[in-house]
Amino acid sequence: MNSTFQFLSFSDPNVLFVVLGTMILGASAAIVGCFSFLRKRALVGDAIAHSILPGVCLAFMLTGSKNPLYLIIGAFITGWLSLLLIDGITRTTKLKSDTAIGIILSVFFGVGILLLTSIQHSGNASQAGLDKFLFGKAASLTKDDVYVFGTIALILIAVVILFYKEFKLISFNPDYAKVIGLPVRFLEFMLATITVLAVAVGIQAVGVVLMAALLITPASGARFWTDKLSVMILIATAFGAISGFLGSYISYIAPAMPTGPWIVMCLSVLTIGSIWFAPKTGMLAKYKVQKDNQRKILIENVLKLFYHLGERGSGFNNERSVKDLLATRDLRTKELKRGLRLLKKENWLRKKGNNWLITQSGLNEAKRIIKLHRLWEMYLNQRLKLQPDHVHNDAEAIEHIITPELERQLEKELNYPTKDPHESIIPYAE
Amino acid sequence: MEAFWIILVGSLIAVSCALLGSYLILRKMAMVGDAISHAVLPGIVIAYLLSGSRETLPMLIGAAALGVLTTVIIELFHKKSNLQMDASIGITFTWLFAIGIILISLFAGQVDLDQDCVLYGEIAYVPLDLWITDSGYNMGPRTVWIASGLLLLLLLFIWKGYRGLFITTFNEEFAKALGIGVAFWHYALMGAVSLTTVISFESVGAILVVALLIVPPATAYLITTDLKKMLLLSSIFGILSAIGGYYLAVLINGSIAGAIASVAGLLFLSVWVTGLVKNRAFKLN
Repeated sequence: MNSTFQFLSFSDPNVLFVVLGTMILGASAAIVGCFSFLRKRALVGDAIAHSILPGVCLAFMLTGSKNPLYLIIGAFITGWLSLLLIDGITRTTKLKSDTAIGIILSVFFGVGILLLTSIQHSGNASQAGLDKFLFGKAASLTKDDVYVFGTIALILIAVVILFYKEFKLISFNPDYAKVIGLPVRFLEFMLATITVLAVAVGIQAVGVVLMAALLITPASGARFWTDKLSVMILIATAFGAISGFLGSYISYIAPAMPTGPWIVMCLSVLTIGSIWFAPKTGMLAKYKVQKDNQRKILIENVLKLFYHLGERGSGFNNERSVKDLLATRDLRTKELKRGLRLLKKENWLRKKGNNWLITQSGLNEAKRIIKLHRLWEMYLNQRLKLQPDHVHNDAEAIEHIITPELERQLEKELNYPTKDPHESIIPYAE
Repeated sequence: MEAFWIILVGSLIAVSCALLGSYLILRKMAMVGDAISHAVLPGIVIAYLLSGSRETLPMLIGAAALGVLTTVIIELFHKKSNLQMDASIGITFTWLFAIGIILISLFAGQVDLDQDCVLYGEIAYVPLDLWITDSGYNMGPRTVWIASGLLLLLLLFIWKGYRGLFITTFNEEFAKALGIGVAFWHYALMGAVSLTTVISFESVGAILVVALLIVPPATAYLITTDLKKMLLLSSIFGILSAIGGYYLAVLINGSIAGAIASVAGLLFLSVWVTGLVKNRAFKLN
């Protein structure tokens, strides 16, 4: 608890720089990542991140210094080169883009490791710390780092705000953008440039391997909450910043814990949580809709049984046993019993001893479904000229879906028919 | 002798990777291979913690389980919640890899794995870890036996399953119509990729496995469209990368695994550029 207070009070300026630094890096990568995500280039970020390693090593070999500015310039050059090569490979060979990404990612990283180990073995004392690019050095961010990253993050945000409308258009419909005369190639160049920049600074926090997460995990999670790009960017930015904060907090209270992987862990939890629990689009929400539909179909099918039995001459006011019902339709006993219970809850059925009786409101509901079924059969038969023996299955599925508006339209279109193609009476509500 | 053992292990792993990688590329699953190679890390760490040693068998089981789990999670996000495939891959493997690194830090005292080793392995240590039988006979480096075993297993898998793999790779619909278990071959292949990754892990690390899985087969695919020729050519490119990589690493005193990936990249580059030049010449004529 004590250390939590120490952390939050920022009494140690180093803590402040680490927290600010990781939050800025997380947020700026998330903003750019939204565009990579929407343009279906999620893994390109991974390739850029790996390609940055040789650039950093080369910059160090040439200048002999670890000035973040030089290293970022080196990173920027090889990052860009990787994009050009991926593009070149997919354009001129039959290899698919994911293969091209895999080739560039692993080869550039291999070259980077080769150079890095070669520098390490050379005995150059000032090389210490270069390997921090592999897993990030979030816990040791300094004031200078924060200034450099902060400036770059501001540039990124400024570019995104300035070209917001254009970026939005090329993300959703590049062909249209071209047609209305936007400089698509230039815009793609700008977008690629800020992606490379965001990755080049972002790997300082989480390192080469996990950089892809900083870029696309927040965007993927944010996508589940909204259909609006501006809101999506805000949510993704919040995810990035919150994870940066939490990651540095965790490694502050437990110093053995690496910051970068914890940032990614927080991001993943937020995003996977969104995938599961987001309203409407989340997996649970979808599962619920599916269950509700299954339930609706089941009770409607069971209700229809009562109508069919009544229609066959024995009257609607007779009690039915489970055995009678099973004989009418191919249903599993367990399913049928579940349907009966649910119908009782709706007050559409009453239980009498071991038998079941349909109520007036239940009968009205059954008539409605039967009517929809037979109207649709009529429609298929009359308008699409399908044979009467070909229309049942289709109607069986659509009867659960037809809305009241569609129902009225069908009635009008067919001029209120009284009988379906099988000569059964179409029941209208009194 | 040391050079011989290193090149031998490098070549054995390169051929195993090349064979599997050919199928991955043709199935447009190159990045799934990348994802698996990262995601097996927590499996290895957990197996390490449970078994308390660096025994090969528990690690294989842990890694294979995680490898298959990875593909299941990717499919789940992709199919059940309409998340696009590339994002689904990216989220899953970074998450699992982060868990692996966190576990390593958490049990740093108990797990004899370090982060750098995870990334680029240390093939140079191969000749040091000798397999000495109870009677004291020196059988050579242990890794050589493990890597040979893996290669034999894969050759058997591809030989026996050639038809199933072939049909499910090129025409999934047709395979379904024939009643061939598409899912079975999919998961068998993913399991094989996980096994290969974990065995290659100690020698070449997570990311350079990807180089061996993707680059030599992609190079071969530029030259041929015949699957058998592609398998053969990619194995040859893999072996060439292993040999070239060793000498490059010695030359500039760097990581052998990194050098192997670099040479594989150079081979790809030369084949690609040759193809481009030929095409240009053809067009000019």
